Amino acid sequence: MAQPTTLQPPAASATHDAPRTGNWDGGNEPFKASYGKLMMWFFLLSDAFTFAAFLTTYGMIRHKHEVFTGEAKDFVFSTRWWPIPDHVFNAFPGMGHANVPLGFVALMTMILILSSVTMVLAVEAGHRMDKADVQKWLLWTILFGTTFLASQAWEWSHFIGGHVEGTVMADGTVFHGANLQMNQYGPVLFADLFFFITGFHGTHVFSGVCLLIWCFIATTNGTFQKRGHYEMIEKIGLYWHFVDLVWVFVFTFFYLV
Amino acid sequence: MSSPAAPEHALAPGEIAKPNTAWIWRVFGILVGITGVEFVFVFLMHPSTLRNSIFIVLTILKAFFIVGEFMHLKHETKGLIWTILVPVALLIWLLVALITEGSFIGEVLENMFK
Repeated sequence: MAQPTTLQPPAASATHDAPRTGNWDGGNEPFKASYGKLMMWFFLLSDAFTFAAFLTTYGMIRHKHEVFTGEAKDFVFSTRWWPIPDHVFNAFPGMGHANVPLGFVALMTMILILSSVTMVLAVEAGHRMDKADVQKWLLWTILFGTTFLASQAWEWSHFIGGHVEGTVMADGTVFHGANLQMNQYGPVLFADLFFFITGFHGTHVFSGVCLLIWCFIATTNGTFQKRGHYEMIEKIGLYWHFVDLVWVFVFTFFYLV
Repeated sequence: MSSPAAPEHALAPGEIAKPNTAWIWRVFGILVGITGVEFVFVFLMHPSTLRNSIFIVLTILKAFFIVGEFMHLKHETKGLIWTILVPVALLIWLLVALITEGSFIGEVLENMFK
């Protein structure tokens, strides 16, 4: 005898108007995650594709260029070879021309990791329905996020402005800094990749900060408290951690390797 | 490194549970530690394929902690974990293949017209 399945129309009864909750009626949640959270995961996966395209471009272009083979202390900027990162990124705000290799980018990395931590703390507070704590940690995350953006603005302006010594170009003139057509640090594509990759990441941070500010306003208005859960914080949190994750990769491939 | 456990006593209405944040700060410490190790290698080791490999391994280790703990993927269902990890693994394969094969073809074409 065939077993009755949920696909059959329900028998006319008092339960007729109740939503069907069988396995094939949408009553099943195989991943134990809500629709919104699942879709955020899939969006992040697609975003990972975008950044992978950037990394592929970077890898191939970098591979195509010569490597400086001498001692690191003898290194000079030249369009012949790819620059050594700690000779390009060696300035620190307020320290003039002091040589602080990778010092500022270390600080930026710390700020972004810290913002990730305060984001998890906000999500944790949301689980406990602790509105005041959610507000506190969201504010810290917004603060660290905007600090990171400001740091990146400084990094960009320094990169565009250039080092004092500059580099003698093919036509004999000394060029300082960088734009999309030429730069003092090395091959044209070095600066292009710097602008595109860190710029794309910075845009993501900016969107994240906007979403966090909206979250903070909604939390303050009690929207999530009335809704009975703080899942929106979790979804924005996923996005924020992804941005941190992308920075981890940008940091490795642009500043370390 | 477990996720926040359910409170042992039932909460009175309006009462807020105690925060459980030790695991978050532990992951933070690990991430800072790995970044510190990366900086040691930048300044104490000459650039080489080995050094680059060390950086990539450490980066993937950091990614593991960010995705597993902060994004909570480690504690999701097996189905969700594989749904995310399999495309990412294929993506990394694609990335490596494009860079190696692309560089090879680039060199061949460049030498062809010399």
